[in-house]
Amino acid sequence: MIEAVLSAAPTVTAEPAAAATGPVRIAVRKLDFYYGDFPALKGIDLDFHDREVTALIGPSGCGKSTLLRTFNRIYSLYPEQRATGEVILDGRNVLSPEMDVNELRARVGMVFQKPTPFPMSIYDNVAFGLRLDGRLARAEVEARVEEALRRAALWDEVKDKLKQSGTGISGGQQQRLCIARAIAQRPDVILLDEPTSALDPISTGKIEELIDELKRDFTIVIVTHNMQQAARISQYTAFMYLGEVVEFGPTSRIFMTPREKRTQDYVTGRFG
Amino acid sequence: MPDHIVSAFDADLGELRRGIAEMGGIAEKMLSDATSALVRDHAGLARNVIAEDPRLDDLQRLIEERGILTIARRQPLAVDLREVIAALRIASDLERAGDLAKNVAKRVIATTGQSQPKRAVTGVERMSDLALAQLHDVLDAYAANDVEGALSVWRRDGAIDAMNNSLFRELLTYMMEDPRSISFCTHLLFCAKNIERIGDHTTNIAETIHYLVKGEPLAAERPKDDRSSFAIIEPPAADGRK
Repeated sequence: MIEAVLSAAPTVTAEPAAAATGPVRIAVRKLDFYYGDFPALKGIDLDFHDREVTALIGPSGCGKSTLLRTFNRIYSLYPEQRATGEVILDGRNVLSPEMDVNELRARVGMVFQKPTPFPMSIYDNVAFGLRLDGRLARAEVEARVEEALRRAALWDEVKDKLKQSGTGISGGQQQRLCIARAIAQRPDVILLDEPTSALDPISTGKIEELIDELKRDFTIVIVTHNMQQAARISQYTAFMYLGEVVEFGPTSRIFMTPREKRTQDYVTGRFG
Repeated sequence: MPDHIVSAFDADLGELRRGIAEMGGIAEKMLSDATSALVRDHAGLARNVIAEDPRLDDLQRLIEERGILTIARRQPLAVDLREVIAALRIASDLERAGDLAKNVAKRVIATTGQSQPKRAVTGVERMSDLALAQLHDVLDAYAANDVEGALSVWRRDGAIDAMNNSLFRELLTYMMEDPRSISFCTHLLFCAKNIERIGDHTTNIAETIHYLVKGEPLAAERPKDDRSSFAIIEPPAADGRK
């Protein structure tokens, strides 16, 4: 058993000693969030670096998914949910009423824990968002669909069955389809809410590999329950508890030498 | 620190610590008995020391196996990962310390019955006392996660190095004065070197304890005072002039 463990390929990528950090792409300032009267986020101040993967970790109910959902204002579908403060993307506060939510959601894509393919063909799933404003010619839509499916590492598996239903492929493929759908819009930011929780280890591995490649072009924020996954794929990690950020820093530090006792207790499985 | 939610994880780490404590006890006894055998010219006691060594080797293998299994099973992070790494390193240092004590015992058997420059043997005995104290104290520091205790051992090692330097010169002098003592003195040189190396291993353990508790390696350079590699004694001139 030991021989198998020692000869398996390593999955932890080494952190370069002094990684050049990109500029801040999303700056969260004094963010509060309420479900009715309940304060789910309290005074969040956090920076998300350009074209890096930032992981949000913490026990259930800590607010990590809530925080994620402020970035594309998906909470605004629900009247009793409201946010105050600022989420500044490229100099503009996305929480401001002047921000066009449709434009925002094209620039900030989201993938959920349970794969959510539309009940239409694989091709139409990806083309749907591209066709919405009717500006693209058919040939261009085709090119963008292929580009998105290639970048989502799905093209080779579905290129001969693009007319098949998006719900007819495996869970791991459906999730990559959802990723393709998001990146077809050429967003600036991709939000991932526990994207591999419902998937088997091989699909999980493929998506982690994909995230590693995507970060070259997109700023990525991922919520995950899987500590080792956060340690593997992110460059920065924020540990949250009861609506607050307890600790934020380079992933290697958070998982090897955290400064806060609560952080250490959580990542080492002592949080009771 | 609170317990792990999964109690078996605590049990795994506890097993590693217990193994180190057991190895430490054996290594201390081996050093103490080997020195005693040297001072009393007691071949039987020396043979006991040699017989202890396989147990130490077995324990090190066991700790390594358990450590690797713990890493595979628990995917430890932060202080837990450092615990496992520390146990693997310290087991290795203790196994080497046992080997070095065994080598001293072997030389006791090789020199049984030979005449001994008593002063030189006393010198080795005093070195061994220092090394034994360092070993004992560093193992206590490990058990208590005591960085200050570990660093105090780390700093003290210079005394053993200094004694090794002077013993080296002393033995060279004896050998030049009386060629009949060359055989015994040469073995004694090796014994002194072995004990000096045991001292070095205790400083390795001290550095590991620092890493375990603080999360980063000790930045400073350990004071290294062993100059025996550079020692030269001029022989008396051929016509008797000094």
